[in-house]
Amino acid sequence: MIWNPNKECMPREQMRLLQGKRLHKIVEYVYHNVPFYRNKLQEMDLSPEDIQTIDDIVKLPFTTKKDLRDNYPFGLQAAPQSEIIRIHASSGTTGNPTIVGYTRKDISIWSECMARSLSSYGVTSDDIFSVSYGYGLFTGGLGAHNGVEMIGASVVPASTGNTEKHARLIRDLGITGIACTPSYALYLAETMDKLGISKDEIKLRVGAFGAEPWTENMRTEIQERLGLKGFNLYGLSEVMGPSVSYECDEQNGSHVNWDHFYPEIIDPVTLEPVPDGQTGELVFTTLTKEGMPVIRYRTRDLCSLLPGECPCGRTNVRMSAIQGRTDDMLIIRGINVFPSQVESVVLTMKEFAPVYMLIVDRVNNLDTLVVQVELRPDVFNATLDTPAAIDELEQRFAGKLRSVLSINAKVQIKAPGTIERSQGKSTHVIDKRKLY
Amino acid sequence: MTIRQLSIFIENQSGTLQKVLELIRKSGIQIIACTIADTAEYGLFRIICSEPDRACEELKEAGVAVAISDVFAIELDNQPGGAANVVSVFSGAGIGITYMYAFLLDGRGILIFKTTQAAETEAAIRAHGLHALSEADLPVNA
Repeated sequence: MIWNPNKECMPREQMRLLQGKRLHKIVEYVYHNVPFYRNKLQEMDLSPEDIQTIDDIVKLPFTTKKDLRDNYPFGLQAAPQSEIIRIHASSGTTGNPTIVGYTRKDISIWSECMARSLSSYGVTSDDIFSVSYGYGLFTGGLGAHNGVEMIGASVVPASTGNTEKHARLIRDLGITGIACTPSYALYLAETMDKLGISKDEIKLRVGAFGAEPWTENMRTEIQERLGLKGFNLYGLSEVMGPSVSYECDEQNGSHVNWDHFYPEIIDPVTLEPVPDGQTGELVFTTLTKEGMPVIRYRTRDLCSLLPGECPCGRTNVRMSAIQGRTDDMLIIRGINVFPSQVESVVLTMKEFAPVYMLIVDRVNNLDTLVVQVELRPDVFNATLDTPAAIDELEQRFAGKLRSVLSINAKVQIKAPGTIERSQGKSTHVIDKRKLY
Repeated sequence: MTIRQLSIFIENQSGTLQKVLELIRKSGIQIIACTIADTAEYGLFRIICSEPDRACEELKEAGVAVAISDVFAIELDNQPGGAANVVSVFSGAGIGITYMYAFLLDGRGILIFKTTQAAETEAAIRAHGLHALSEADLPVNA
């Protein structure tokens, strides 16, 4: 079901007019209420009058995570404190947390965006829906909660922790929907196995999964083990929280609530916009937010905007799955290279294990890239038992890499188990250039 | 007419060969002949051994990239030109040899080689009355 067809299915030309009007209004609003933005615009000799259509957005300056930290705690807040009815904070593991205040209108818009998402997943007032994101400073729990209430489903505020009790509640209450991280969904499936709760005893049919990147393989596994259909739910607290974008029944890209959050994709180095379909850094401008609006906020998430409209009938633009973070970006011979791009190629090669290492060096003032991959013992066979065959495999992989990275990489095939395993992306890279 | 050979992909690095040999020792597998094709970054360690199926299975379980392939093992005359005589049979029949190595069995030279033209090779062996070893001919002590 489409919660708000008027907005979700609005003809794109009409939507652009609405976005343009809202952009002008929000720029005027921050210009008068946030010294940070006023100073930035004045430095660029810009006034709110220069921003009339949505195309004018490219004139505006970017906002970064650092700007948010530097203005801790309330420097970027635009509404007076008396108007703020809730405060969330993002994790502050690498510095000051980001504080985000919401007005009553913000919470109302957020709830509607969440209701649009849940509605798109097929949730109705007949559902019993468990919110298993953490409740607290994190936007996940309360954000999803408000949406479920708006839909009118029965919300079970399970939060995280005490997974065994949660698993029993899912069985005993006949819970039909769940919002949680995809890794928690897998943990829940394991817990159910341990408790001897089978798929036939539970009624889960919808999963809203987000707050961390996940793969199609994970989706398949979660859907299979919990017997539900799993949908992506994207969001970030700097922009709002969960429901900035949401998947529909097509499970092919997440529709952005672009009447409220205007997305752009830019080249993270030149900062120039890139065409639809091309991967770059995702940038959001909040078009209606009162508490803490952001103008061209650089998310550091890498993805693309999908060209064309979705068969589901919604006209709002879709973003691809997140393909990596700009924090991981390497510049090799002037070309932007993301470890996640290498990963995507490795995953297409059945001969290799899903591990890899990028070794970047500078030899005679020229950057070099070596990509190490590992043979899978179960795929190694007699046709690979000569250096010529291994060479051919290296060449085939190098060719695929070149078409994705646009630079030549030297490939090294390693024996199984010789590349160090780890969770973090940064450990996929050894940049020896830093030594100079 | 062929015997089975294990091919093991190893890093060209000190200690990696030892690791594989220890695994083979632990499995109680006897190596009868071996060779290494080396490149700058890796090596292909090829062995003729007892119980190749079990050896392959146990090495795979230990996470080693190993494969079984069929190779020919031809007995040589212990005379100058013995190898040349055998190879000329195959080259005369237009058969390409991918790689080759040799070992001594009871004082007789045995030439092991790999080819992609197995049927033609078997025909040439028969036509010229060469002696191709089977696995039963290998001196397994275990």
